[in-house]
Amino acid sequence: MRLIGDLSAVVATALFIFALYWMNDPKTARRSVIAGVTGMAVAVLATWAQPGIIHHGWIVLAIAAGFLVGVPLSRVPLTAVPQRTALSHAFGGLAAGLVGIAEYFLWLGEPAGTHFTPFRTGALVVEVILGFLTFTGSLMAAGKLQEVRWIPQRPVTYPGQNFVNLGVFAAAVALGVAVVLHPTAPWSGQAFIAIAVLALIFGILLIIPIGGADMPTVISILNAYAGLAAVAMGFVLDSKLLVTAGALDGSSGLILSIIMCRAMNRSFTNVLFGAFGKAQPALASGEQKAWKQETVEGAAQLLEQARNVVIIPGYGMAVAQAQHKVRELYDVLTKRGVTVKFAIHPVAGRMPGHMNVLLAEANIPYSALVEMDEINPEMPQTDVALVLGANDVVNPSARYAKHTPIYGMPIIDADKAKTVLAVKRSKNPGFAGIDNELYTLDNAWMLFGDAKAVLADLVKQFSSGGIH
Amino acid sequence: MTDFGSMLFVFVLATFIGLGVIRRVSRLLYTPLMSLTNAISAIAVVGSIVVTGADHPLTIRILGAVALFASMTNIVSGFMITNRMLKMFKKQ
Repeated sequence: MRLIGDLSAVVATALFIFALYWMNDPKTARRSVIAGVTGMAVAVLATWAQPGIIHHGWIVLAIAAGFLVGVPLSRVPLTAVPQRTALSHAFGGLAAGLVGIAEYFLWLGEPAGTHFTPFRTGALVVEVILGFLTFTGSLMAAGKLQEVRWIPQRPVTYPGQNFVNLGVFAAAVALGVAVVLHPTAPWSGQAFIAIAVLALIFGILLIIPIGGADMPTVISILNAYAGLAAVAMGFVLDSKLLVTAGALDGSSGLILSIIMCRAMNRSFTNVLFGAFGKAQPALASGEQKAWKQETVEGAAQLLEQARNVVIIPGYGMAVAQAQHKVRELYDVLTKRGVTVKFAIHPVAGRMPGHMNVLLAEANIPYSALVEMDEINPEMPQTDVALVLGANDVVNPSARYAKHTPIYGMPIIDADKAKTVLAVKRSKNPGFAGIDNELYTLDNAWMLFGDAKAVLADLVKQFSSGGIH
Repeated sequence: MTDFGSMLFVFVLATFIGLGVIRRVSRLLYTPLMSLTNAISAIAVVGSIVVTGADHPLTIRILGAVALFASMTNIVSGFMITNRMLKMFKKQ
């Protein structure tokens, strides 16, 4: 039986690694799911078949409930995928935390506390802290993304915030150390519960000061925490399979966090403690240059005469549900021999890769989706750059305006295109609350209105004979 | 009793494999990557099964069952939505 358990763990681990390996190309990626599901099935069945498992009804019931909630959660619209992802980090954290509590009290019930070696108790404390802080932190993040009414969207800050946060965390760690030193003392049970409660509070406090623009980074960090919670659980349960799978998840979250931070030119600590997106002091810019507004007819003319067009989508496109209209514009333009590409900034959208998924859903071929680093050298030869609901990621001030929060952030060089067309819902500045000088450049023209409506009008120009 | 050395060893090696493999993942696929790793790390389900199904006191088994439900939700929704998103990526 032990042998079957070990073998199944090795098979599952190998399949998980293959699953991640096949994600290196969209052509092979669908195998990833097959490998992952197979690995999971092997691991679950091998565990379930252990002789010590006797309450099968309970397991069936919990699994059935998981399907009942999981299936609808997998069918959410793609604009809601960031919330779903945050919610699943929350579930991952909750599972780790609950199993941690269960294990502690199981061990406490056994004579002489044979299980409590410092290493295992330490792992148990880490599991519970990481698990529960990931649980509430991710719930908060999901709430912010879903725009739940009683969770403030804007970052909330107050004096001494970091002090309070670190205090709560330090208290949890201190109690953790006490429990590791005296795992079976009369007060240890209460102390252990207190650790869990403090971790739950800390998770909430951690996310309160974080705004929408930081969500891609925060989701990635919570991803890493959820993975590490699984690793700690592996140490507690003495399961190499859990340690491996958790480490894979953790390293994925880590890499994505690094990529997201780099794409915003910010550090981890700055994201977690910096409260990005607060109201910025108004810029004392000398002269305010005026915007030039373009008509839909004029914009259609420009696009029609272009040889190559680069579309730069932002979260505004997703909010307006304009992806399918983008596809129609892509179609009419490519039919006329215009080369159309999409420039994707790493932090466009609300989670890593969000924009790609939204455009792929609208049936835009992935060969047309180009990363920032690859598209930027082509921008000077681009006839028209069409900015769609993106703002900070095309703001040229990022290159030199040291006093703005976006300073140093790599941007898509929209301003270098021969002509810039920017579709914007309102005349308000973006997340970072800074004016975008792209819009006042000599080669830039504005189209004000809802992205979906503007695109529909543009497409109509091509089909109704306004342009032939 | 547990051999912590070998557990740490496994952790470090798995992290290096993870970093190596994830670094090569297509930038197009970061969103499905996250839902896939979500589902994979829900392997915590094996711990929940043991806690739920073994002959433990009732409260312990209730904790286990909730954890099992949470992990199972992640497995089901994680793999299903990954598959749904990957189907959308077409070359032409």
